Amino acid sequence: MPEWWTYSPADFLLFSPRTYYRLIERHNDAVWPAQLVTLGLGVLIVGLLRERAWWRGRVVSGIVAVLWAWVAWAFVRGRYATINWAAAYLMWLFAVEVALLVWAGVIRGDLSFRWRADATGVFGGGLFLLCLAGYPMFALLGGRGWAQVEVFGIAPDPTVMATLGLLLLVEGGPRWGLQVAPVLWCLVAGATLLAMGSPEAWIVLSATLLSVVAAIAKGRRSP
Amino acid sequence: MSDGIRTSRRTLIGAVAAGAAASLLRPLWALERTAPITRPIPSSGEPLPVIGLGTWITFNVGDDAELRDECAAVMGAFFRAGGRVIDSSPMYGSSQPVIGYGLDRLGHPAGLFSADKVWTSSGPAGPDQIEESRSHWGVRRFDLLQVHNLLAWEHHLPTLFAMKAEGRVRYVGITTSEGRRHDEVERIMARQPLDFVQVTYNVLDREVEDRILPLARDRGVAVLVNRPFRQGSLIREMARHPLPSWAAEIGAANWAQVLLKFIVSHNAVTCAIPATSQVAHVVENMGAATGSLPDAALRRRMVSDLERL
Repeated sequence: MPEWWTYSPADFLLFSPRTYYRLIERHNDAVWPAQLVTLGLGVLIVGLLRERAWWRGRVVSGIVAVLWAWVAWAFVRGRYATINWAAAYLMWLFAVEVALLVWAGVIRGDLSFRWRADATGVFGGGLFLLCLAGYPMFALLGGRGWAQVEVFGIAPDPTVMATLGLLLLVEGGPRWGLQVAPVLWCLVAGATLLAMGSPEAWIVLSATLLSVVAAIAKGRRSP
Repeated sequence: MSDGIRTSRRTLIGAVAAGAAASLLRPLWALERTAPITRPIPSSGEPLPVIGLGTWITFNVGDDAELRDECAAVMGAFFRAGGRVIDSSPMYGSSQPVIGYGLDRLGHPAGLFSADKVWTSSGPAGPDQIEESRSHWGVRRFDLLQVHNLLAWEHHLPTLFAMKAEGRVRYVGITTSEGRRHDEVERIMARQPLDFVQVTYNVLDREVEDRILPLARDRGVAVLVNRPFRQGSLIREMARHPLPSWAAEIGAANWAQVLLKFIVSHNAVTCAIPATSQVAHVVENMGAATGSLPDAALRRRMVSDLERL
């Protein structure tokens, strides 16, 4: 489109912040108490990161793949698509990530996650914990109340950002193939939140940028 | 004019009862409501109220029952104030089905002037998309169909003109927004028998005054105006300042009415289509279609004063 530079993120915003956060609220209400299950799975992942068993990577990959599939099916397709026709295209990002996690992590067993004390590991682990325990608090700080909190494994943004954190904990070099879909989702979500005037936009966008920088740094250190 | 196609026994009985009640109340109703200012569509002479209702963002509420009811209430207040033109597009998410929901709730008001768009890069896909849009609205036919943002206009305009010839749409138009592709808009306006053109125009975005509005007047093309408040930012900006003293001269009680009266006082403009999700705001907006409008001297002063704010 020749006049593409005249567009801003606000030109692509299809819905109001009120409509979007009510969508989150209605979804939270509809799937309750699934939030307890997904948060429990997040805590299980934290525990598995300390585990040295050979199956650790396969289980973590499987859990993350299931959560991506569930978020895509229940929220992106079931809710978000009712106010955003682009959700049909965004579903492909989720489909690709689920396929890659299942192939690389579950079937081939190539993904071995482990806590590390270096800068990349601390950032990755911190980002995962932030998405698990801290991200829901932003709704409260923004005055939206408990009903509209975005929960890991239920809402896409904390789930996807947590995945970016986890990928930094994979042993070996960066996994660029697995990072593409989460980064693209976060860029779209960040632009959407920016257009809505939501402060979470800066968290999503800066976490995405820092995770890419951390992956590059990790790549330079890896043999 | 659009005709509702969904009529159940219950709505028929309700309509008969409502009609009987309305006939008793009509004198009182007529006293309470001031008829809005209208402008004729140049190609037919049909008068349209100068304020319509846009649905971009505000009506895209998905399947949220509470928000759908709020949109229906906005439509109800709009029709009660004498409004007619409702504008939407397949691009606006769930806005079309939400309009259909509102029309069902309101018993398909006879005054509706339904304006929608075709928005697909595929020419052959146009008719199916138009049919889907019509089904969402629940109308027999659209009053106006426009090519959204000139997308594949070479393919869609022949389709729309053929539909008009067959009586399946009453008027044909094109749209653009925020000053994009004005040269192309002009070329199409000059060569095609358009009934309508839709552009962005407000007290700060006046590029269309140079060539498009004069051309519309010369060619007898009706003008719909989108983004009259720059998606609300103009109102938010202006609301920090007190209303100018001249606002009272044109009967403007708030900034929305000041901004809308500026737009519709241009003699080439047929109808401005502000979008809102609040009943109070639609009542304010429709208030701009009553009382007097600024003359040329006051329009110059409005530009000068508001550009300084």
